[in-house]
Amino acid sequence: MKKEWPLWEVFVRSKNGLEHRHFGSLHAADAEMALENARDVYTRRNEGVSIWVVESKNITASNPEHNAELFEPAQDKVYRHPTFYDLPDEIKHM
Amino acid sequence: MSEAQIKSLEEEFEARIARDEKIEPKDWMPEKYRKTHIRQMSQHAHSEIVGMLPEGNWISRAPSLRRKVALLAKVQDEGGHGLYLYSATETLGITRDELFEQLHTGKAKYSSIFNYPALTWADIGAIGWLVDGAAIINQVALCGTSFGPYARAMVRICKEESFHQRQGYEITLKLAQGTPEQKAMAQDALNRFWWPSLMMFGPADADSPNTEQSMKWKLKRKTNDELRQQFIDQTVPQAELIGLTIPDPDLKWNEEKGGYDSGEIDWDEFWQVVKGHGPCNKERMKARVSAWENGEWVRDAALAHAEKQQDKKLNRAG
Repeated sequence: MKKEWPLWEVFVRSKNGLEHRHFGSLHAADAEMALENARDVYTRRNEGVSIWVVESKNITASNPEHNAELFEPAQDKVYRHPTFYDLPDEIKHM
Repeated sequence: MSEAQIKSLEEEFEARIARDEKIEPKDWMPEKYRKTHIRQMSQHAHSEIVGMLPEGNWISRAPSLRRKVALLAKVQDEGGHGLYLYSATETLGITRDELFEQLHTGKAKYSSIFNYPALTWADIGAIGWLVDGAAIINQVALCGTSFGPYARAMVRICKEESFHQRQGYEITLKLAQGTPEQKAMAQDALNRFWWPSLMMFGPADADSPNTEQSMKWKLKRKTNDELRQQFIDQTVPQAELIGLTIPDPDLKWNEEKGGYDSGEIDWDEFWQVVKGHGPCNKERMKARVSAWENGEWVRDAALAHAEKQQDKKLNRAG
C-alpha cells in the first residue's frame, strides 16, 4: 500500500476575541500545506482570521467507554454551583 | 463479547438515537451502523467530486465574467464539500485511499444524475436550479442525522449551497427572457434534466427496503417519495413563473392532497444508469481515474519533500 498524506485537524478562530474551534480535518504532506489547504477548504467565505493545524496522530483523546469514571463524579457536587447556597431575599445581586 | 452483551449494547444504542443524542466516532456502534454510514457518506462524497466534472467543462465557456466567477466558485465548493464528507467518513475507520479505490473500481456508487451530459450552457442553469435544488432537499433532511460528523458536514454544506441553486435559476431565468432560441435552450435543458432530477430521490418507497432502518438511525427523516413530492411542489411554480413547461403531461394540481400529481418515472432508465449504462458513466470514471493517476507523482513528490525537510530539521537539532 502506498503512503498517504497524513491527516491534520483544523482549528479556526472566526474573529479576534473568540477561541479557535475545531472545523474538521484534511490531508496534507506537511504543516505548511495543511495551512494552505485549510484556508481553501474551511475559509472560503471569511470564516476565520487565524488557523491552527495539528497532525491528528498527536491528539490524545479520552475514551467514551470511560465516561462514567471521568465525568460522573462531577454530577453530585452541586455545591460547586451558586444556586446551592441559600441567601436571604433582601440580597439582590450576589 | 457475548451475544447477550452485544444485544444490550445495541438496545442502549438505539435508545440513545431515539432520545436524539448524537453518535460520535469513538462511541460504540453496531457494525451495520458503521458500514451503512461508510457506504452512504462516501457515496455522498463521491457525488460531490464527480459532480464537478459535467460543470467543469463549462467554466472556460461561460458567456460572461460574472457567470464564470460564479461557476468557478460553485465547482470549488463542490470540491470542498467532497473533502468535508471524505474526512467525516474517515472517522469511521476507513482511509482516503480505500475510499478512492472503491470509487475507481466501481465498488462505490455516486449519484446517477452526473452520468448525464451537460450539452449546452442552459444545462448549467438546469443543473444549479434542479440538481442542486433536489440535493438541498435531501441534505437539509440530513442536518439532523444521528452521526455527529455527518450532521456537522451537512450543516456547513447546506449553508454554502443555497447560492448554487440561485445562480442556476438566474441563468435559466435570463435565457427564458431572452431570444426565442435562448428560451428554447432553457426549455430543452429542463426537458432533459427534469426526470433524472426526480430520480435523485431514489427508488419509490415500495422498492426501498432500507428505508425503515435508515429512518430509525435518522439517516432519513422523510421517505424518498415524500422528498420527491416536496421537490415537485416547490419547483413547478418556479418553472411557471419564468414561462417554462415541466415535461410531464400528467402533472396536475391535486387540491385534496395540497400537492401535484405527477406521471410515472421511467424506473428502467434509473436502474440502467445505476448499473453503469448511462450516457456518461464510462467518461466520468475515465476522467476521474486519469486525474488521480496523473496526480500521483505530485503527491509522491510533496511527501518526499516533506520528509526531506523533516530530516534536515532533525539533523540541525542533532
